[in-house]
Amino acid sequence: MDADTKKVVYDPLVDNNPITLQILGICSALAVTTTLAASLLMCLALTAVVACSNASISMIRQHVPSSIRIIVQMTIIASLVIVVDQLLKAFAYDIAKTLSVFVGLIITNCIVLGRAEAFAMKNPPMISMLDGLGNGLGYSLVLIVVGATRELFGSGTLLGYTILPSVNDGGWYYTNGLMLLPPSAFFIIGLMIWGIRTWKSAQVEKPDYEIQQAHHSEVV
Amino acid sequence: MTSPIDKADKKIKAADPSQIVREDDAETSTLSDRFGFLAPVKAIMAQPNDSTQKTLLVAVILCLACSVIVSAAAVILRPTQDANAALDRKRNIVQVAGLLDASGNVEKAFENVSSRMVNLDTGEFTNELDGVAYDQYVAARDPQLSMALDKADDIAGIGRRAQFAEVYLIGGEDDFDQIVLPIHGLGLWSTLYGFVSLSSDLTTISGLKFYAHAETPGLGGEVDNPVWQSKWEGKLAFDEAGELQIEVIKGVVDPKNAAAIHQVDGLAGATLTSRGVSQLLRFWLDEQGFGAFLKNLKQGEVS
Repeated sequence: MDADTKKVVYDPLVDNNPITLQILGICSALAVTTTLAASLLMCLALTAVVACSNASISMIRQHVPSSIRIIVQMTIIASLVIVVDQLLKAFAYDIAKTLSVFVGLIITNCIVLGRAEAFAMKNPPMISMLDGLGNGLGYSLVLIVVGATRELFGSGTLLGYTILPSVNDGGWYYTNGLMLLPPSAFFIIGLMIWGIRTWKSAQVEKPDYEIQQAHHSEVV
Repeated sequence: MTSPIDKADKKIKAADPSQIVREDDAETSTLSDRFGFLAPVKAIMAQPNDSTQKTLLVAVILCLACSVIVSAAAVILRPTQDANAALDRKRNIVQVAGLLDASGNVEKAFENVSSRMVNLDTGEFTNELDGVAYDQYVAARDPQLSMALDKADDIAGIGRRAQFAEVYLIGGEDDFDQIVLPIHGLGLWSTLYGFVSLSSDLTTISGLKFYAHAETPGLGGEVDNPVWQSKWEGKLAFDEAGELQIEVIKGVVDPKNAAAIHQVDGLAGATLTSRGVSQLLRFWLDEQGFGAFLKNLKQGEVS
C-alpha cells in the first residue's frame, strides 16, 4: 500500500473520524450501542454498506447527471441497505431483531451519503472503496468503545458474558441504569471527543468569534 | 454493468477524438450483430451527462438494476428468514414450557409439542382453520376474524381480539403436562408478545416469557430477566373458587401474606410495564381471552 492509500484508510480512524471530528452518524451511535453485540453487527452492516456504495457510485460516476446525482446515490445506498437488512434477517436473526429499525436507518446515516458525495463522485472505484472501508472502521471504533462501556457498566456483561455480577442476578454490582439509556452515549462520545482533542490538539476548532473585552472607561 | 455503459465509459475517458473512432470501429463490428437493438441506448449514453434523454435513461437503468438486486435478495433469502422466524417461535414455546435442555436443540424439544386451534368465542378446539397459515396478530386486524373490544373490557389495551388462537399442548394431546397460551398486551411504550404456560391443573403457572417488546432496557426490559421470569413458576392464577387472582404487585411480595401465592414482584422502576404485564395476563386468562376455553377444559368438556 502506498502512502496515499494508507492515508485514505487510516485517516478516518482517529485524525478524521466521522463521529468524533465530523460529528456525523450520531443518532445510530446513540440507539444501537446498548450492547456490544448489537454495536458490532451495526458496525459490520454500516462498513459493508459504505464500502460497497462508494465502490458502485464511483464506478458509474462519469455517467451520473448532476441534476439527479443525490437521487442516484440514495437509490444505490437504499438498495444496498435493504440487501444487508435481508442478509441479517437470514443469518443473524436474533441480533437483527434487537437492531430492528436501525439497520434500515443506515440509509439516512450522514456518513454514507457524505462519503459518496465527497469522495466517491471524484475518485476511482478502488480508492473509493478503501475510503468507505476506512470511514466504516472509524465509525466502528467509536461504536465499539461506546457499546463496550455501556454494556459493561449498564448490565455488567460483555457480549453477554458476565464480567461484573449484578445485584439482580445475585452478585455485588449495582448496574448503572443511565448507561442503558441513549443519553449516556452522548456523555461517552462527548468524553471521547474531549480526550481525542486533548491528545491531538490540531482537531480543536477555532472559535467562530471572540467575545469583545469591554473597557471600564467605555462603560462609564 | 452492461456492455453499452462500459463502452460509453471508454469513450468519455478517451481524450483524443481519434481514439474514440478507433474503439468504436473495433467493437461495433463484433457487437453490433448481436446487440444491434441497443444502438439507440448507446447513442443516448454518448450524449452529455446533463441532457434530458440521458438523465432519464440513467434513472431507468439504475432503477432496473437496483430493483433486480433488491428483489433477488428478498426472494433468495425468504426461505431462510421464514425458517428463522418459525424456529424463534418454537424456541420461545419450548423455553416457556421449560423443555429446552443445555444442548439447546429446539427441534428435538419441540417433538413433544402439538398445536391446536382454539375458538375463543366458544372456548372449544376447532378444526376450521386446518392447513391454513394462521397468524393471530394479523387476524386481529381482519374484521371477519376478530372483534373490537369495549374500552372497559380491554384492560390489555389491544383494541381488537382475534377469534382464533393457536395453543400448544405438551406431552400428548389428551393428557398433556402443560398448555402454552399466546398472550399480548400494552406495556409502557410497546405491545409485549409472549407465552404463558399452565400446568395440567390449568391453575399453576409453569412459565411466562415475552419474545417481542420494546420496553426501556434495564427497566421495563427486565421482563426478559430470567430471575424475574422464574418468579412466576408455581404461582396460582386462580383461587380455589376458580376466580382469577394472579397479579403483579408493586414492590416485593410478602411471603406471609395469604395472597402471596397469587402475586409476583413488580419490576423496580417499571411500574407501568409491570401493570401492563399484570393486566394483559388477567385479560387473556379471563372471559374475553382463554377463560371460556380453560373452564371447558377443566370440566373435561372439550373434544
